[in-house]
Amino acid sequence: MIRAVLVMNTQGKPRLAKFYEFLPVEKQQEIIRNVFAVLCSRPEHVSNFVDAESFFGPDARLVYKHLATLYFVFIFDGSENELAMLDLIQVFVETLDKCFRNVCELDVVFNYSKMHTILDEIIFGGQVLETSSTEVMKAVEEISKLDAASSAINLVPKSVSSWRSR
Amino acid sequence: MGSQGGFGQSKEFLDLIKSIGEARSKAEEDRIVIREIETLKRRISEPDIPKRKMKEYIIRLLYVEMLGHDASFGYIHAVKMTHDDNLLSKRTGYLAVTLFLNDDHDLIILIVNTIQKDLKSDNYLVVCAALNAVCRLINEETIPAVLPLIVELLSHGKEAVRKKAVMALHSFYRKSPSSVSHLVSNFRKRLCDNDPGVMGATLCPLFDLINDDPNPYKDLVVSFVSILKQVAEHRLPKSYDYHQMPAPFVQIKLLKILALLGSGDKPSSEHMYTVIGDIIRKGDSSSNIGNAILYESIRTVSSIHSNAKLLEAAADVIAKFLKSDSHNLKYMGIDALGRLIKLSPLIAEQHQLAVIDCLEDPDDTLKRKTFELLYKMTKSSNVEVIVDRMIEYMISISDDHYKTYIASRCVELAEQFAPSNHWFIQTMNKVFEHAGDLVNIKVAHNLMRLIAEGFGEDDDAAYSQLRSSAVESYLRIIGEPKLPSVFLQVICWVLGEYGTADGKHSASYITGKLCDMAEAYSNDEIVKAYAITALTKIYAFEIAAGRKVDMLSECQSLVEELLASHSTDLQQRAYELQAVIGLDARAVEAILPHDASCEDIEVDKNLSFLNGYIQQSIESGAMPYISENERSGMVNTSNFRSHDQQESGQHGLRFEAYEVPKAPVPSKVTPVSLSSTTDLVPVPESLYARETQQISSVGLASDTGSSELKLRLDGVQKKWGKPTYSSPASSSNSTSQNPVNGVTKVDVATTINSKARDSYDSRKQQNEIDPEKQKLAASLFGGSTKTERRTSTSSKGPKASAADRPQDSKAASVPNKASGEKTNQVQQPPPQDLLDLGEPTVTAAPPAVDPFMQLEGLLDSSNSSAVTNSGGAVANAPDIMGLYRGTTSSEQSGGGGYNPASGDNLNLLSELSNAAAVRGTTGATIVSPLSPSVKGANAKDSLEKDAKVRQMGVTPTSQNPNLFRDLLG
Repeated sequence: MIRAVLVMNTQGKPRLAKFYEFLPVEKQQEIIRNVFAVLCSRPEHVSNFVDAESFFGPDARLVYKHLATLYFVFIFDGSENELAMLDLIQVFVETLDKCFRNVCELDVVFNYSKMHTILDEIIFGGQVLETSSTEVMKAVEEISKLDAASSAINLVPKSVSSWRSR
Repeated sequence: MGSQGGFGQSKEFLDLIKSIGEARSKAEEDRIVIREIETLKRRISEPDIPKRKMKEYIIRLLYVEMLGHDASFGYIHAVKMTHDDNLLSKRTGYLAVTLFLNDDHDLIILIVNTIQKDLKSDNYLVVCAALNAVCRLINEETIPAVLPLIVELLSHGKEAVRKKAVMALHSFYRKSPSSVSHLVSNFRKRLCDNDPGVMGATLCPLFDLINDDPNPYKDLVVSFVSILKQVAEHRLPKSYDYHQMPAPFVQIKLLKILALLGSGDKPSSEHMYTVIGDIIRKGDSSSNIGNAILYESIRTVSSIHSNAKLLEAAADVIAKFLKSDSHNLKYMGIDALGRLIKLSPLIAEQHQLAVIDCLEDPDDTLKRKTFELLYKMTKSSNVEVIVDRMIEYMISISDDHYKTYIASRCVELAEQFAPSNHWFIQTMNKVFEHAGDLVNIKVAHNLMRLIAEGFGEDDDAAYSQLRSSAVESYLRIIGEPKLPSVFLQVICWVLGEYGTADGKHSASYITGKLCDMAEAYSNDEIVKAYAITALTKIYAFEIAAGRKVDMLSECQSLVEELLASHSTDLQQRAYELQAVIGLDARAVEAILPHDASCEDIEVDKNLSFLNGYIQQSIESGAMPYISENERSGMVNTSNFRSHDQQESGQHGLRFEAYEVPKAPVPSKVTPVSLSSTTDLVPVPESLYARETQQISSVGLASDTGSSELKLRLDGVQKKWGKPTYSSPASSSNSTSQNPVNGVTKVDVATTINSKARDSYDSRKQQNEIDPEKQKLAASLFGGSTKTERRTSTSSKGPKASAADRPQDSKAASVPNKASGEKTNQVQQPPPQDLLDLGEPTVTAAPPAVDPFMQLEGLLDSSNSSAVTNSGGAVANAPDIMGLYRGTTSSEQSGGGGYNPASGDNLNLLSELSNAAAVRGTTGATIVSPLSPSVKGANAKDSLEKDAKVRQMGVTPTSQNPNLFRDLLG
């Protein structure tokens, strides 16, 4: 089971934090701090795996990916495969990239709810739901269409449908 | 766009994020967020907020809480929002409550009703939103309220809904297995769902169910095997492929399930052999996900009833992993090796050098995994090397959690496999010295017992040699600053017991050291207690041996200090010391016999030696003892002195002062048996204190008894007068780590450097191998490298000496590696980083004009680089493609569910680009086959965005916040 998904920037500011089991806010902050401390002390060109037992309880592992200014972090237990989780991060990022065209940190910050929508289509209740970014995009687009319809009055949403039409 | 900022959010929100991004300190950030909270509090309670605004407020609340601040004032608004008819508001509401609330929060009750309504909705998007909330917010008590609805959804028309319903049921199972136990058949049914996605989702709950009890599911082995076979043979529609792999996550889940079902079950395992063998054989070790499947297969092989052929295949895969340049694969290889080593212990030998490389890798994760492996393969022949390595690593790290863990591992291995007492003591010393505060106190007691008892051999010479070597080592260590308390206790005890035993050191030397210690660690009362008892013993031994005791002045001042200590325990011990010194040799020898710490102590629980005294007292009119039951309701303690307090048998308050207790008259019975308890170390402190108290009151003559009272009052006065020892005792712990930290950093840095140089050297001069490494390998693995030798061409003739063997094996493995690496030494990004675009090669990519031209360009460059490549990686690349073409054509004829029209051309392209990415030469230039067509045209757009990002200054320090600057140039 996946226990948490974190996205934070290289200065340790959380950009997205989703815990699949409830944790009080203070504990969440502590974990985010600890994860950041571990990640920024890792040298370059080493493995993407870290043992997360010391801050996330027994049998917790962590897989991360460092892309430009962001760390994408998945924390999970022994019932998942580390390499597969690495690919799941890939799916997540690929989907973000399709959705936001050259996704950058700002997209992540400003499209908070959309990030969650995408993540919810990939991971559901801590289990892997969908691994095809095309399928995820389809589902997200369907929701975005409603967004576009309801907010056409005064906003130009940066949804997929709008850039496809350009 | 203008005031809206172009991101679909209001100017306010943009400003907030911008100011947080620019905050220079945590305090500044907190101030901004607190101001934001106040704004939100005010705004959110205004009447008639438009929905759109409200949605944004909720998102801002989420943001505030993500930064660690309390947003509970807004929870109710999030709950309200779930009631909204508008789907987007509803989704936002659900998102907020799932992030805000625990499943036992009071507000949940307000949501359950909405969830029920939404689960019945006609709009499947509403249903999906509700299902999402169900997973997080429904707890054991509320499961019955939604369970029937969820079961109904299992046969919903939309596969997305069925999938999520299955997973919702799964989440119920995790929260309360009994609540859905009657629905397990539904999972089995869904396994045959005509949508593979739903089938895949069903595997998750089945995995948990089988993990809890595999037996009821043995009948499914055949079905699982056939599903896995079909998936692996590309029978699923193309849309389930991920990077040309058919439904890899489904394959992995299936392999995990098979591992559980086949564990210790030969007939079930036999069903699986073929399909697992096929998967390993056809496995694509060039992509990350392919390796994930291979690794999972190895795990399955190691878990099911073993099969020689599969083990061999698995070993080959492990070899490939370990030889890889990717740290991830090495990690998986080490992990897999650890799993397989139980089944075929010889397998590690062929990889000994790879394992040692991993041990010296700068990557901590890999190192720890390697220690895990070493722990599993420890035997008495290699325990010394392994434990030494572990301790070395333990010293170098500052992570307390792992330090504790590895220290306990060291202790465990040392206790289990120690080749000699001497080594054991040395090892334990090191562990205590560097992680003493983290190890269990029992370990210290075990060590003391070992020094006292030896390993049970009868050789007296060995005994005393062991002890004196322990004493020597402690006298050496004692000078080190900041030793952990537990270790000091051991040192004090050993010095007290055996410091003067071999006659090498004079009593004054040892006592001087002990006093220094008590002074240096004056905050630690336990250490002081151990030290003063050790002093007592040394003086006692001196007196018993008939030598004149000459107390050092510092000892005297220490004793005086402790006599007035506010710790009664320390006081007690100080008085004991004083009392012992005043006695004659014969009495002292009876009280503290030399080398009696291992003698069994006979405790006369009935206190029969007092019988005479009691008889006497009763005869002179004292009340007989009344047992506790008879005195029910009386709080009085059952003290053997209670005959002094007969009056207290009457209830009620006493107003007159207690009389001075009579000094107990010593009985004729000698207290020898009791006295030796002073030396019994493993007894817990409190018990120990109680016993010594008894000794002093019973065993020591009456003069101590009476003087005790007077002097104790003294101590109390001092306590009020001069509070000398009140400083906290914990400070030494935290600071003791600091110097170690400093060393760590330097250490790591240098090892990285030397490592880099090392590997470079070894590539350049293939024949010159680090002799250190060879030695290590030989000591770890026993030096036999049969398998490696077989592969080497140069060393066919049998070599004479065993010492030569490791050299051969290294020579055999190095050319392989070197030939691969030499040619593309420039830069070889690990293949799994397809999206990691931070490589220098990126800039070489031409700015996009025509997306297809560009794609061709990419393919060209990768082709040409492939030509320059040599070694194993390229050799199998055409193979893969050939294999792939074979499968595609076979699928066409088989009429699989994919579109043949779009087929060959596009497919081939993607395939080629993938193969190129796989070769890892220009991994950075290829994001995914479809991105060029999208991105190339939008270069200008992206640049604009980049400019805006910079202007926003969310991350002022970063050079280029774009994640995907690949095609921009």
